[in-house]
Amino acid sequence: MTTLITILFFGVAYGMILYLISVGLSVTMGLMGFVNLAHGVFAMLGGYATVTLMNRIGIAFLPALAIGCVLVAVLGFVLERTLYRHLYGRSELDQVLFSFGLILVSVALVRIAWGPVAQPIRLPDYLKGQVTIFDLALPAYRLALVGFGTAVIAGLWFAFDRTLFGARIRAAVDNRAMAQSIGINTSRLFAAAFGLGTGLAALGGGLGADVLAIAPGYPLQYIIYFLIVVAVGGLGNIKGPFVAALAIGLSDTACRYFLPEAGSIFIFAFVFAVLIWRPNGIMERR
Amino acid sequence: MTTMPVSRNVSVTIRFGVIRSGLIRLLKLLPWLVIASLPLVLAGYEPLATQIFVMILFALSLDLLVGYAGIVTLGHAGLFGMGGYTAGILSVHGITDPLVTALCAMAVAAFTGLVFGVAMLRTKGLTLLMLTMASAALLYEIANKATGLTGGEDGLQGVAFSPLLGVFAFDFRGKTAFFYSLTVLFLVFSFVQVLINSPFGWSLRGIRENDARMAAIGCPIMRRRVIAYVIAAALAGLAGALQAQTTQFVALHSLGFELSGNILIMLILGGSGRLYGAFIGCPVFMLAQDQLAKQDPANWFLGLGVILIAFVMLAPGGILGIAARTVDAIKMRRRA
Amino acid sequence: MSITKMVAAALLRRGIVVAAALMMSALAPVGAQTIRIGMILTYSGPDAALGEQIDRAVNLFVKLHDSDLPPGVKVELIKRDDTGINPDLAKRLAQELVLRDQVQILTGGQWTPNAMAIAALTKEAKVPFVTMTAGGSAVTLQSPYVVRSGWTLWQTSYPLGEWAAKQGWKNAYTVVSDFAPGHDGEAAFTKSFTEGGGTIVGSVRIPLKTSDYLPYFQKVKDVNPDVVYVFNPGGPQATAFMKAFDDIGITKSKIKLIGPQDIVYDDELPNMGQSALGVVTLGEYSPAATRQANIDFVAAWTKAYGAESVPTFFAEAGWNGMHAIYDAIKAQNGKIDPDATMKFLHAWSDPNSPGGPIRIDQAGDIVQNLYLRRVEEKNGRLANIEFATIEQVGDPWKVFNKK
Repeated sequence: MTTLITILFFGVAYGMILYLISVGLSVTMGLMGFVNLAHGVFAMLGGYATVTLMNRIGIAFLPALAIGCVLVAVLGFVLERTLYRHLYGRSELDQVLFSFGLILVSVALVRIAWGPVAQPIRLPDYLKGQVTIFDLALPAYRLALVGFGTAVIAGLWFAFDRTLFGARIRAAVDNRAMAQSIGINTSRLFAAAFGLGTGLAALGGGLGADVLAIAPGYPLQYIIYFLIVVAVGGLGNIKGPFVAALAIGLSDTACRYFLPEAGSIFIFAFVFAVLIWRPNGIMERR
Repeated sequence: MTTMPVSRNVSVTIRFGVIRSGLIRLLKLLPWLVIASLPLVLAGYEPLATQIFVMILFALSLDLLVGYAGIVTLGHAGLFGMGGYTAGILSVHGITDPLVTALCAMAVAAFTGLVFGVAMLRTKGLTLLMLTMASAALLYEIANKATGLTGGEDGLQGVAFSPLLGVFAFDFRGKTAFFYSLTVLFLVFSFVQVLINSPFGWSLRGIRENDARMAAIGCPIMRRRVIAYVIAAALAGLAGALQAQTTQFVALHSLGFELSGNILIMLILGGSGRLYGAFIGCPVFMLAQDQLAKQDPANWFLGLGVILIAFVMLAPGGILGIAARTVDAIKMRRRA
Repeated sequence: MSITKMVAAALLRRGIVVAAALMMSALAPVGAQTIRIGMILTYSGPDAALGEQIDRAVNLFVKLHDSDLPPGVKVELIKRDDTGINPDLAKRLAQELVLRDQVQILTGGQWTPNAMAIAALTKEAKVPFVTMTAGGSAVTLQSPYVVRSGWTLWQTSYPLGEWAAKQGWKNAYTVVSDFAPGHDGEAAFTKSFTEGGGTIVGSVRIPLKTSDYLPYFQKVKDVNPDVVYVFNPGGPQATAFMKAFDDIGITKSKIKLIGPQDIVYDDELPNMGQSALGVVTLGEYSPAATRQANIDFVAAWTKAYGAESVPTFFAEAGWNGMHAIYDAIKAQNGKIDPDATMKFLHAWSDPNSPGGPIRIDQAGDIVQNLYLRRVEEKNGRLANIEFATIEQVGDPWKVFNKK
């Protein structure tokens, strides 16, 4: 029984990381219709920012995380205004190539700046080691991850459902032309949504530095998982990817525990099956 | 009566036309003959040249999908690797004839393409792109785990092919490999040229441009796309088999995302949708990589990424696109 | 004179000059004889630090032993980057080194998959190959032109299983990276541990590209064995493993962690911190060893590379490999004949290497002392302190599989 709970716990933690990173991609893809393969870059930069602020400058973990997110969000905002916006109408191939080029450039720059080795995250003492809850020894860091992640996700959902900003985004995703005609400045909305999405990705990258190692190969190695979450969860909504991310996190972790010989085969086969059944994602937006 | 002078003019015109088309055909063969004489001039570069031929073949198969059928795939290496592993595994288990194993590789890759194609091609956009990546990733993981069959991370050991046509052995100097892959490339190129100029080829272009309209005129879209995918898969599998035969080795890398990305870049650099794009993009990419990546892979990535972004934003259509626009510009100026 | 005639004359003049230059270079006096050695290592990527160790050792040896070479003989090292575990690239690099750069000796071969691919090439190309740090037993079987200078996983894991069984431990769990050396280590430890009366209660092979080890290690913890045999390729992965063991609570529990020297890679010990204390490993070299040959070696190393720098067993393997190559060059007075070189190498020995007495046997493997070491704190730093010696061990796998 404890085994099951431990697996559940690890799976949920992993799923939350995936969700935090991918939700921004789902929103921007649904909003702008832009195939952005380079989304992983922002998660990676968030990880690097957090780790550098902590290790080199000595800032505590949570503030470092917050500053990292803000920095990356600003970068995302700037990139959207300068580069991305010129490519909105272009063909899918062009968008794929552009974002691929962006990945290559950022991988190279990161490698030159930080070297090729994965960044070690030196956690504060209160996050090291294990915490015993109800006879269950769980790694403290993962526990904090789950708690923090839940808070962020709750806040995000509230913002999406209850604020004006969220309503505007939902309107623009549903029908951009209509949204524009009722006076929503979609251009500014895109930039803001892009900044928010990349900031969240940075948060996921920094929090998940333990699970998805911060190294130059990050965007290339993990992009498939982010795309899976978005494709299975559905574009433009934020609840679908949550279910998808949890499903992937849980099944991947369970597989590693019970069936390590299968590796990631199960995940990909599972994804194929789901998408053949529901090509637009499990929570189709009508 | 005016029949005599007219028929003389006609016959002269026809004869002139025949000579001219014969000359053009000869001219088209010329570059092939020049390349075939490379070993006489530049010794030691046969392995690199062979690798370039294999990549050109691979890129041609991708061009069918990306440039003509309008299917963007980031998982094409999955089919390349399937062909390579098929040929390699067959050779390890005793079936070592290059031509037989190449045909088997094509068959296996085509079948894989059929299975995945039918599953994937009903989706589009991001979902399709992601599924192409997932299909290659799935094959990669299976190959990674089936260590007994594929060697896993260590690569397939013991790959050895018998001499081509019983005479030409694959030695480490690479001369047999060079001519073998060049010949196969020539044959495949001729085939692809015929294919894209056939009604099937034109229907693919139509589907790429506007599938709604094609459906309206009764074209079976799904079927055409799947057929295109299967043909591209078979050719990619052939390229993979060639790779296995000319290097006497198969590694997981041939199924990897890096290869899928690289071959797409190679094609785009040269220009997709124009068959010669593969012939330009691949050598340029591979020669540049051969020279630049030796110093520092980070700089190679940087340069490549910048070029890619620049191409997308400023010069869509690749090198051939630039060439075409330059030629057009010159023609316009001459006319003015 | 018409323009065409002038151009033709100019071209003819240029042609004569070029032909003369070519003839001159062909007739150039063969004063200095240059032996070209091709070295294929990992110079980029996450494991570049490992390749750098070998590279530094080789450079240091070449610098210090330049005068040892016969008069008029020079050595030219041509270095190539395999970027990591990349057997097809390694094979192509080796092919180009042989065809384009005409190397007479190949070395490096940092990873088993790469070394296997290169070794297969040398069979046909007939170029001697001294592989330095590939730990898979099968590498030397690939061709008669391969010897190794480092170790094999059977060598560093088989005696460990015997020792573990003698400690009274009954259950063991094996955790290895999923590639040839990992499979070798797992097989070797399993054989000797079970022969000594123990039971293997679980085993897992972790894919090389994994970054999250916790689910795998949680299973180990749940099974609760007496001892865990671990293998990973060293370098940053060693630290990642150790950290994960710490996170899951194994390092602080009663479960003992043992393995070959790779898992406590000396360069990474500072990063592992307290979590590595007490881990027992088996290996042929620790920079903390007190024999004179090692003290001299470490002194030369720190003089060249700084007091903070530490030579690991990767460096020692590179050093010994270069030593063997230089001795082969000296024995043949600069004229490298592949078969003569191999005959020499198969009988080569060094009673005074930094790791103790070593020699290369008929199979091409290295026969050397193995030391049991424990991670302890010495002079404020963590080090692998040797506490027992197993003399002159060859490759056990070859012994068991003698045909």
